[in-house]
Amino acid sequence: MLSNPPSSLSFLEGSLLIVFQGKLTLLRDTKTDGSFLVHHFLSFYLKAGCKVCFVALLQSFSHYNIIAQKLGVSLTAAKERGQLVFLEGLKSCFDVFFGEEQHVGQTNPLQFVSKDGSNLKTMYEFVRTSLMASGSDSWKCPVLLVDDLSVLLSLGVRPVDVLDFIHYCRVAVCSQLKGNIVVLVHSNDDSEDEENELVVNSLCHQSNLILWAEGLATGFCKDVHGQVKLAKAFSLLPMLP
Amino acid sequence: MAALATGGATPSDGATSFQRKVPASSRLAAIAGTRPSVRHGQLLLSSGLPSLDCVLGGGLAVGTLLLIEEDKYGIYSNLLFKYFLAEGIVCGHNLFVASAKEDPADILKELPAPLFDDVHKNQVDEKETAIKSKQESQESMKIAWRYQNLPKMEVSPAASARFGHYYDVSKTVSPELLKSIKWHRFFLPEEMSLHPEIKTCNMTCGYTRLLQSIQRIIYQEGFDGSYPQKKQKNILRIGIQSLGSVLWGDDICCTDNPEDIFSLTKFLYVLRGLLRMSLSACIITVPAHLIQNKAIMERVTNLSDTVVGLESFIGSERETNPLYKDYQGLIHVHQIPRLNSLICDVSGTKDLAFRLKRKQFTIENKKIINIATLINN
Repeated sequence: MLSNPPSSLSFLEGSLLIVFQGKLTLLRDTKTDGSFLVHHFLSFYLKAGCKVCFVALLQSFSHYNIIAQKLGVSLTAAKERGQLVFLEGLKSCFDVFFGEEQHVGQTNPLQFVSKDGSNLKTMYEFVRTSLMASGSDSWKCPVLLVDDLSVLLSLGVRPVDVLDFIHYCRVAVCSQLKGNIVVLVHSNDDSEDEENELVVNSLCHQSNLILWAEGLATGFCKDVHGQVKLAKAFSLLPMLP
Repeated sequence: MAALATGGATPSDGATSFQRKVPASSRLAAIAGTRPSVRHGQLLLSSGLPSLDCVLGGGLAVGTLLLIEEDKYGIYSNLLFKYFLAEGIVCGHNLFVASAKEDPADILKELPAPLFDDVHKNQVDEKETAIKSKQESQESMKIAWRYQNLPKMEVSPAASARFGHYYDVSKTVSPELLKSIKWHRFFLPEEMSLHPEIKTCNMTCGYTRLLQSIQRIIYQEGFDGSYPQKKQKNILRIGIQSLGSVLWGDDICCTDNPEDIFSLTKFLYVLRGLLRMSLSACIITVPAHLIQNKAIMERVTNLSDTVVGLESFIGSERETNPLYKDYQGLIHVHQIPRLNSLICDVSGTKDLAFRLKRKQFTIENKKIINIATLINN
């Protein structure tokens, strides 16, 4: 059923989905690009029949679509049947910046870019309304996927507001709707971005599962890109083969 | 996004190395100066330096941003900037040149002259005589009659089908060649005097105007596909000089606690959106060594696609180091994008040094330089 997931992550396959609900998974990358994990989770949850809200802040829709097709899922088809709600951050920001005041209105999820603010309330509302179950839906647990959270800090959002946003999403998605949240952040040991480190450390503390993709300590290598560490797994670990 | 899905056999476990090439008749491959990447179908441009194209995995992808961290005196980063624009001229692309310190017209006048093969050079000389003789006598060809109606010869250098060209830095590009392409300008002192103060999105005024100017050109000239009836597609090459410097109205280069640390990153984010939705590519040089707050450069790197840092040996102890006597500096490739693919095309090494000769800017592996020098000594 699930074709070609990266073999090191195969333990998260279908049967565990039933018990792995209401959890926050943190994807973290250091000295390498952890977006392959985002692609994996996106295609994994879509194939498993979950309703997914994907907040894609850094790349365009076609980028994710092309990779998802290689992993066996069509994002366009998923969008059409209502299984995927895709927020293309770059496009929304474009509308906010170049659009007419009255057309942008108050509902654009990225409208915090134009004001002085840092208020992610509209983005939260967007997430909540897209994942709320409507009567005709037959999808399994809802999932919020964010790629990536570090971009919000570059756009003027304060760390405390980013953490508030995650907290509100956890209340709505994890505890009320019994869904999952998967979030990608970047971090570096010698990073001087204190705000980013603050957010990352706080999320490490809150999350149920951390997947940490790291570049090799010995430097760059063409064939082996890095290692993935699994940290802070939840109490289900004894059940794994 | 200007992307092509090859739909070909992409090896998942490396079981087969067969990769279907994009058919030559594909419409996007018809844009001059581009070629599709065989691995993931992304349309690539040459950066103007064939050796840099190799390092970047074939070239610069359309819709992406190449960020150059300037060397200490900005000499070599300026050269890379010029190579990028010169390549656009040779390929017949449109240019958008933005600067806060130099008039874009002056920048264009100083671009290096392209080096053509001798064959081409002779043809250009013969062009004048051919036109005269054609007007004088319309002699019909008796034997080679089939070729009678074909144009006499390929005279335009822009018709060159090569990907990546070489330039002679001791000569400047000819005015005729400059006139043959369409280009747009943004000179900050000029723009500031034309219009009254505006501030959008709490971004530095200069950045806001630049974004609006770029967006206007992209929309008006149809680079975002807004004129589908236009048969001949073209690429817009955007060059922005010394972004983040004081002349742009941003104070991140002169103080530890800038007034607004988000201006530059917001600019880059909006620019990224603009690039992704149009047939364009952008080169930006940033005086990274002047930015005190290193967090800003980390964020800038995350928001850019390809990031290359230049470190010149001028004034440093390495200038007199015999190991580097033929080389002018080092190139650090900080980031290469992974577009439409789970992995990126990248060459196997990251220790690179560059050497500038009159007709060639080469990038070489530092380790090989070290070994060669050790063997020679």
